[in-house]
Amino acid sequence: MRYLSEYRDPKVARALVAEIKRAATRRWVLMEVCGGQTHTIVKQGLDELLGDAVEMVHGPGCPVCVTPLEQIDKALALASRPDVIFTSFGDMLRVPGSDCDLLQVRARGGSVRIVYSPLDALELARKNPDKEVVFFAVGFETTAPANAMAVWRAKELGITNFSVLVSHVTVPPAMVALLDSPDNRVQGFLAAGHVCTIMGWTEYEPIAAKYRVPIVVTGFEPLDILEGMLLAVRQLEEGRYEVENQYVRVVRRDGNQPAQDLVSRVFELVDRNWRGIGPIPRSGLGVRAEFADFDAERRFSLDGIHTAEPTICRAGDVLRGVLKPFDCPAFGTLCTPEQPLGAPMVSSEGACAAYYNYGRFRSAV
Amino acid sequence: MTTIACPTPIAMTDRVQLGHGSGGKMSAALVRERFLPLLRNDILAQLGDAAIVDVAGQALAISTDTFVVQPLEFPGGNIGSLAVHGTVNDLAMMGARPCWLSAGFVLEEGLPLDVLDRVVHAMAEAANAAGVLLVAGDTKVVERGKADGIFINTTGIGLRPADFAPAPARAQVGDAVIVSGPIGRHGIAIMTAREGLAFEAEVTSDSAALTPLVDALRERVGDAVHAMRDPTRGGLASALNEIATAAGVGIVLDETLLPIPGPVAAACEMLGFDPLYVANEGLLVAFVPDAQADHTVAALRSHPLGRAATRIGRCVREHPGMVALSTAIGGTRVVDMLPGDQLPRIC
Repeated sequence: MRYLSEYRDPKVARALVAEIKRAATRRWVLMEVCGGQTHTIVKQGLDELLGDAVEMVHGPGCPVCVTPLEQIDKALALASRPDVIFTSFGDMLRVPGSDCDLLQVRARGGSVRIVYSPLDALELARKNPDKEVVFFAVGFETTAPANAMAVWRAKELGITNFSVLVSHVTVPPAMVALLDSPDNRVQGFLAAGHVCTIMGWTEYEPIAAKYRVPIVVTGFEPLDILEGMLLAVRQLEEGRYEVENQYVRVVRRDGNQPAQDLVSRVFELVDRNWRGIGPIPRSGLGVRAEFADFDAERRFSLDGIHTAEPTICRAGDVLRGVLKPFDCPAFGTLCTPEQPLGAPMVSSEGACAAYYNYGRFRSAV
Repeated sequence: MTTIACPTPIAMTDRVQLGHGSGGKMSAALVRERFLPLLRNDILAQLGDAAIVDVAGQALAISTDTFVVQPLEFPGGNIGSLAVHGTVNDLAMMGARPCWLSAGFVLEEGLPLDVLDRVVHAMAEAANAAGVLLVAGDTKVVERGKADGIFINTTGIGLRPADFAPAPARAQVGDAVIVSGPIGRHGIAIMTAREGLAFEAEVTSDSAALTPLVDALRERVGDAVHAMRDPTRGGLASALNEIATAAGVGIVLDETLLPIPGPVAAACEMLGFDPLYVANEGLLVAFVPDAQADHTVAALRSHPLGRAATRIGRCVREHPGMVALSTAIGGTRVVDMLPGDQLPRIC
């Protein structure tokens, strides 16, 4: 595949690994923010290759993982209504709520459909005027523009049976929350390339300066990640704490301005709960009052649903990078991809699932 | 080395879910917990691709399969050809020569007759090419909305020669793992047709009868073929896991050797799928002693269906029951069975 296989070249990868090992005089602790990066790291066994040079902790950047139980329960309540067609990206379907998941709601007769784009959900609303179509709008800044576009188009086209259940979150407040936590071990970040494609990296500059952490905007292929690690390690070794851009083929400093404009027209910053992390002020996106008709929470008055997170699942510690999935007492026993306790075991991008699927072997050897 | 056994039951549920039909762990649990306890006998309990029964000293292979594919017609075939290939291949994987088929049709009221004609035409062609006779049939029609166009069940009977008995449990440490061609074509062809996705290069289903390849293996490699499987639902990963478990061996795949066609790889990248779990309908994976590997690849390549045959891995003593993949970069990961359906990733 052109534009992909070049970034998976084993020879270059081995050279980069050797370069990282040469550059590191001690073991540095880095966090990759995005779940897609976690997936590549574990799928390719990158962390295993780096030995004593770098310890990777897996960050909170899996949108499925950080969606709080309460939002899942709201989704389940909506999907169970006979007048609703509930639409979602695929991997939200298996996330367990308090008593079941969307797949089970579907088996009981609920109309739950996988879509690849929120605009497909909008099209479904147009074709089914007698039904309420709800789209589960989750994700970071990456998915926000398309979701904003769906709401914008719905208003423009006068489609009145479409709404979004929003659980959007933004990256920088989560990084700050991690850095402020007393048990933080993270010394540098690989920032999520696709979030920065939209947002650029100006908002990371004050974070790098204030907390004295290198932040490297990084892509998702093995060579991207290894190069991102190398840039971060070099900064740490040289005592520099800057924002650097590894993902130059995609990301610009100011990001994608039209996308940002659209997002800020439809959404506004709100306080949001993060699964396992708790409430982070002004860390989420909510639907603006002008678009209230398209906000499923207002439309269906879901205010009565309040759910606390289960205590046995230590997803929060995993997401904060304090606990490796292997070290969780429930990992692989009470909590498996078949019966996940927490979202990091559900999504293929989740840190626990990535370890379970691809890393079990290592602990078994 | 110890393997981690999973002590937890599959997710509790009081209803059948689509994942129960995925060919992954949920399907296996359904068979193990719901069907086997009530229907168990020594033959059924072997859970092979086909049952082997003895009739007056002749080993007969019997297999049945039901086809509910949507869309009914797809690039590279339709539900009719698929219904023949699926059952014929299950017989062939047990080393049997497929001889007779029955076909049961459930037709939905309103189905255009020209669609039915094309389906039956494809069945006739496929049966002819595979050298099987369709000797019994049944048709039911249900009200509109009670079926999805056409459902077809086929049952096949084949004769198994005494000197050729590949079985999953016979795979051994030291065996080479060989596939007969590129992987992932059928699943991606169906998915792109179903979702209306358009890629630059069209992916066609690999749906085909594997009998000529099995004939070539029987003639040229013989009983040194320890095990064969056609990795349909659940893909290559599920088939290899089943063999690793049945034989108590570990399997190591080499990522650089996996024949994944460019368009399949590209579609999987976009959809967030892993080609190792995507269905095939005209592919076989064979386990033979290492010394026979080149010879086996050559035998497969002697037929057009197997011209891209290649070795992809080997059986090892370590991690019995588990399949591992050494990545191009030099890392290792586990290739587990999926719990249910593959779900597209969020972004």
